[in-house]
Amino acid sequence: MSLLTRFIALLLVSGLVGAGTAAAQTVVGVTATEIKIGNTNPYSGPASAYGTIGKVIGAYFKKVNDEGGVNGRKINYITYDDQYSPPKTVEMVRRLVEQDQVALLFQTLGTPPNSAIHKYVNQQKVPHLFVATGATKWNDPQNFPWTMGYQPNYQTEGRLYAQYVLKNMPDAKVGILYQNDDYGKDYLKGFEDGMGEAGKKLIVMKQSYEVTDPTVDSQIVNLKNSGANVFFNITIPKFAVQAIKKANDIGWKPLHFLNNVSSSLGTVLKPAGLEASRGLITALYMKEITDPQWKNDKGFQDWVAFMKKYYPEGALDDQSNAFGYNVAMLMTQVLKQCGNDLSRENIMKQAANVKNFELPLLLPGIKINTSPTDFAPIEQEQLAKFDGEKWSLFGEVLDAYRK
Amino acid sequence: MATKTSPVEKAATRVETAAAAAAQPALAARPVGLVALAVVVAVAISLPFFMSGFRLFQFTQVLIYAIALLGLNMLTGYNGQFSLGHGAFYGIGAYTTAIMIDRWSIGYGWTIIAAGLVCLIVGFLFGRPALRLEGLYLALATFSLALAVPQILKYFEHWTGGSQGIVLSKPKAPFGLRLTEDQWLYYLTLAVTILLFVLAWNLLRGRVGRAIVAIRDNHIAAEAMGIDNALYKSVVFGVSAAYTGIAGALSAIAIAFVAPDSFNVFLSITLLTGIVIGGFATISGAIYGALFIQFVPNWAQDISKAAPWAIFGIFLIVFMYVMPRGIAGFLHLVWIRLTASAVSREKGR
Repeated sequence: MSLLTRFIALLLVSGLVGAGTAAAQTVVGVTATEIKIGNTNPYSGPASAYGTIGKVIGAYFKKVNDEGGVNGRKINYITYDDQYSPPKTVEMVRRLVEQDQVALLFQTLGTPPNSAIHKYVNQQKVPHLFVATGATKWNDPQNFPWTMGYQPNYQTEGRLYAQYVLKNMPDAKVGILYQNDDYGKDYLKGFEDGMGEAGKKLIVMKQSYEVTDPTVDSQIVNLKNSGANVFFNITIPKFAVQAIKKANDIGWKPLHFLNNVSSSLGTVLKPAGLEASRGLITALYMKEITDPQWKNDKGFQDWVAFMKKYYPEGALDDQSNAFGYNVAMLMTQVLKQCGNDLSRENIMKQAANVKNFELPLLLPGIKINTSPTDFAPIEQEQLAKFDGEKWSLFGEVLDAYRK
Repeated sequence: MATKTSPVEKAATRVETAAAAAAQPALAARPVGLVALAVVVAVAISLPFFMSGFRLFQFTQVLIYAIALLGLNMLTGYNGQFSLGHGAFYGIGAYTTAIMIDRWSIGYGWTIIAAGLVCLIVGFLFGRPALRLEGLYLALATFSLALAVPQILKYFEHWTGGSQGIVLSKPKAPFGLRLTEDQWLYYLTLAVTILLFVLAWNLLRGRVGRAIVAIRDNHIAAEAMGIDNALYKSVVFGVSAAYTGIAGALSAIAIAFVAPDSFNVFLSITLLTGIVIGGFATISGAIYGALFIQFVPNWAQDISKAAPWAIFGIFLIVFMYVMPRGIAGFLHLVWIRLTASAVSREKGR
């Protein structure tokens, strides 16, 4: 046998071996005393402000372990820095799956990083749970049965505003301003789906802008001239400020829905002017931890006590720390539901079987529900009106998909 | 081509022969070098037989970085033109491949060549006006490229998918080869790497290479010797960008996803770090530098979760202190010491 043929034979054999080992075992990363959970977060780089989510999750799992773990097993939480760079996410997630052999991936952060690993984790059949991004595509159990979202997605929120309009303003004339990309179109689709047939009549004008445009002033003038009395404002903070100011300057006073993306007091409402912002409506699903109304709330106080004991360096005015605490608690609940069957199939099955579960820092009444056909855990939000100082909740909790 | 050789070329040939004659004694080192190279290539070829898919993926990335570093080293190391913007060419190469596969369903093999050509042209065109800029000013101009490209990618959303990027599929091994996707990608990348290294070696070791270095060392003297500085500098810029673009194309295929966040300013700085650590103006330095930028940040993270970049910084300083001419320069020095002591021992006997 010549060297070349021997080499080719070796290639073939290695290919066969490779194919043999590729067949995934169903129970991975679980021993009698431990379960391994993998995560990536941006601890450095441009998005490192979000990195605190990865840390607070680790702190929460430490608390769980100190209290005896889940069904006698300690959580071994392995988290790597991906710098919010998709190639790095791929590398780190492959390390978690193939080398560290984690049972599941949890709260990998960011839309581009998760897009980069979406196909891979579904090919490997690794549970990819409660990803930290607001895109709608994580709720696609038919094509991606191993990936599940967490927070309300843009379409969910858009639907809620539509519900409110249909119910309270049957003769509305709706004008919409949206950013011409996936984010803007996601919101728009949710709103139009929520309006249904009535939308064709009630939506009188849609205006779009590019993220690179200098201003949206002319769009606001057009919307006013259309005679719209309801304004759905789908803009990121910079343009939200412009839109609120311009509408106020030209004396346009519609019922103004502002997407949650731009609901920040500090970066949007204050620069736009608190007086001009009075009467804006947005949708919320978490307790705003800086809002004094939760000061005596048990959920809030427990969280503060947790932060002081397990994550003292974490900021108490950073909503991300409340976010991570909540979602880690949901993860723990899924593990509890799994009992002693921690196969990847059962983990996925239980993640898709959360019923009416409440988290301490969600708004009262908001419940987490999933099913094999519904991979969007939070689909309820409550509307809040800006009273010149803060967002004040009103009405009841709305359910985007209630029939 | 020319049937008559010009006097200049004759002179050059004479110089080369003289140099070769002078190098005769050193030729004894040649076989050792060749054997070492053969061993490295053999090890590289055999890696897939004992490495897991994940490790292989990491080494595929090392090869990809090595191509990009070689491209940058041609420009910065050999030709003395600073670039803080090579991440931009890496990104343009990656997007060329991704758009061609995603929009027009073109075979990925062709897209690698196309990415190289696109970057060759873009690099050449950028190199023309950049001729007027020297040193730090050129570094700033290229830095602006690194800053601009991620945003420009978001602007042409229809083609690039905006900030959501483009998802691709990993190619399967062709011709019925029984290789996993990782193994096939590794071999493909290895083949491209070897090809590009041989080409670079030929380019940089010959007349052209000496002209490129001459421009770096003293551009007025080079001009006086009849070297067309402007042409050489822009062509080097183009070729350098093409190498980096091909690396970007391979990375798009290996990662199977592109997004503007993948090609931020940090990538450009990482590449520059790679050539300095690997060895300025050396070919082998590209490989050492690639190993460094692939693995050292991971080690730093394993050592300290709290401050990985501080650890990385310490690594950088130690390397620069111990090996001021990069890893390639250090190894060369060690080699000379070893052979010199061997020779003196011979003499002493």
